[in-house]
Amino acid sequence: MQKLGEFKLPHFFNYPPYFTLQPVRDTREKQVQLWKDLILDYCRTQKVFVIGLEEEFPLFSNPVIGRSLTHEAREAFLSALVADGRAEWMDKGHRKCLILWHRIQEWAEILVQFARDNGLEDGVVTMEEIRFGTESQGTELQGIDRTILNRALKILEQKGKLVVFKGTSTDDEGVKFSL
Amino acid sequence: MSGNFLPPVQLTASGRPVLQRNEIECFYLSSVDLISEDEPTNIPFPNLKSGLLILTSHRLLWISDSSSSESTGAFAVPLAAISHIFSHKKSIKSMFASPRIRFQLSLTPDGRVSGHGLRSVVATIVLRGKGDCDAFLAKFWENWRARAWEDDGPAPGSSSNSGSAPASSGIYSSDGTVRMVGVAGILRKEQEMWESTDKSLQDAFQDLNALMSKAKEMVMLAEKMRQKLLSGSTSQTNASNDEEMGTKEEMQDWLLSVGIISPVTKESAGAMYHQQLSRQLADFVKVPLERAGGMVNLIDIYCLFNRARGTELISPDDLLQACSLWEKFDVPVVLRKFDSGVMVIQNKSHSDEEVFTKIKVLVMKPDTLRAGISASDAARTLGVAPAMAKEHLLSAESKGLLCRDISPDGFRFYINLFTEIDRDDLHLVKDHGIYATWVRANHAPQ
Repeated sequence: MQKLGEFKLPHFFNYPPYFTLQPVRDTREKQVQLWKDLILDYCRTQKVFVIGLEEEFPLFSNPVIGRSLTHEAREAFLSALVADGRAEWMDKGHRKCLILWHRIQEWAEILVQFARDNGLEDGVVTMEEIRFGTESQGTELQGIDRTILNRALKILEQKGKLVVFKGTSTDDEGVKFSL
Repeated sequence: MSGNFLPPVQLTASGRPVLQRNEIECFYLSSVDLISEDEPTNIPFPNLKSGLLILTSHRLLWISDSSSSESTGAFAVPLAAISHIFSHKKSIKSMFASPRIRFQLSLTPDGRVSGHGLRSVVATIVLRGKGDCDAFLAKFWENWRARAWEDDGPAPGSSSNSGSAPASSGIYSSDGTVRMVGVAGILRKEQEMWESTDKSLQDAFQDLNALMSKAKEMVMLAEKMRQKLLSGSTSQTNASNDEEMGTKEEMQDWLLSVGIISPVTKESAGAMYHQQLSRQLADFVKVPLERAGGMVNLIDIYCLFNRARGTELISPDDLLQACSLWEKFDVPVVLRKFDSGVMVIQNKSHSDEEVFTKIKVLVMKPDTLRAGISASDAARTLGVAPAMAKEHLLSAESKGLLCRDISPDGFRFYINLFTEIDRDDLHLVKDHGIYATWVRANHAPQ
C-alpha cells in the first residue's frame, strides 16, 4: 500500500482515471465524492488547513503512475467541498482554499470543551497558548489555523461566552472565557 | 395475378430490380400503368396499375408501388420482344388525357413473350404522373434500336443466368488453359491478360469520352479477374501461405471496388433520383458493412461508393439525402449520428449491447486493467476503423461502462471503478468484484 508520510493512500489513488475529470455525470459525481472524502481525510490527519491551488499539494499528483490533476480539476473538487460547506475560498480568484473538516460551529464547541477541560471557565488565555500551548498539545486545537480560530472565537463572543482583547504585544490577542 | 405472361423481375432487399449482365438503366417514370387497351383481345394482358417504370438498355421494368395493393410485384417486357413502337399521336384529345405510349409485343402461340412470336398484342403505357413523355419515347426508341441485348449473346452466363446477378463462382474457371500454380500463376495470368488488354487500355485513356465508353469493358475485366482469383483461392488454399492469401485478398478488394455497372444518375432517374440512389446505396453497402463488422463511417462509404461508380460521381449532399431516405423504405440499413457528430451507416440489426460486451471483455483483461485501452487498441480487437472504435468507446463511457484517462501518454479508457468503491471506507476492497480484480492486476507485477 502506498503512503504519503504517515497517511495511508487508498488503492484507487493509482487508478489513472481518478486524475482525469470525468465528463459523464454519474461517474463524475462518484469521482468528486471520492476526492472530497480523500481531501478531508488527508487534511484532518495531516492538519492541513489551507490548500493553495497553485502550490504543490501531495494529493494532487501521483508520481507512481505519472498523473496529476489539472487546475480545472483541482478547482472542481475544491468547489464541491465549498458547496458542501466543508471548505471556503479565501480570495475571489479561487487561489487559496480553507479546508473545514470541522465546521466553524464545531470548532467553537471544541474550544468550549477545551476551556472546561482546563478549568478556564473564567480564565484568560492567549491565542498563541491555544494554538501551541502545553494545554492544547495532543488535542485537535494544536496548530489550528488562525483564520479558523478567529471565526470560532467570534461565534462564541457573539453568544457572550468570551471576550477577545488586545494583549500587550501587538501580534497576540487574549481570550477571556465566561462560561 | 392470373394469366400474366410477362416474366417477373427479381428485386433486391431494398426494392431495386436485379439487372441482367451489362444492363443499364436509362429512364425512370413514376405512376405508370402498363395495360392493354385492345378491346377484343383474346390474350389476357395483365392490368398493371400505378407503378414505377424503368427503361433499361434491355428491358422495360414495371415495379409496383408498395403502397398500392391492387397489383403487386415486378414484371419485365424484354425489348427484344417488341415488334413495333407506335409514334406518339398529338391531338386535342391527348392534351387533356394522360399521355400514352403504345407498342406491339410478339407472343408465342402458348402466350409467352418472344422475339419470334406469331401472335401479337398492343400494350399501352399510361403516364399518370409528371414525366417527360417525349424524352422517354425518344430514349425508348433509341434503346430498342440499339439492340444492346444482342451484344451479350456469347457472354458466359447470360443465357442461364438471366435475371440474376452474375455472382456465382466457377463460370470462368473452366476457360483457363494454363494451370495456375499459387500466386505466381495468378500473377502471370494477370500479366498476360493485361498485356492483351493493353490496347484497349490505351484506347480508353485517349480521352474522357473514350474512357466512358470503355468503362463497361473495364468493369467486366475487373469482375472477370475477381472471379478468377476467387476460384484460384478456393482450389489452392492448402498450397498458399498467409502472405499469399493476403495479397490475393488485397487484389480482390481492389477489384471489388470497381463495379457498379448501372449507376443511378440524375439524368436517368430525374425526380426519382434520390429515391433510386437511396435504394442502390442500400444494396451497395451490404458488402462493406459485413467486412467492417456492421458499422461503417459515412465518409468511407462516400469514397467506396463513388469509386465503384467510376464516372457518375455523386456529391456528399446527395449521399446524405439518399441515406436519410432510408427511413421511408424497408431497407436493412440505417444512418446513425453519434453525439460527437460522426455519422455512420449500420445494419438495423446491429446492437450496441454486443459491442459493449466485447469492449467489457477487452478492458477486463489483466493488461488492460492496468494500462487501459486507446481507440487504436480497440480498433484492432474489434476489427473496425479507429475513428469508429473511438465512437464505440465514447458511447460505452456515456453508459458508465468505461471512464477516461487523459495524460501526456494520450487518451485512454479504463473499466469504470468509481461505482465499485465504497464511500464509507475508502480503503475497503471487497473480496469479489471488479475493484478487487483491478487491485490484484495492479499489484501483481510490482
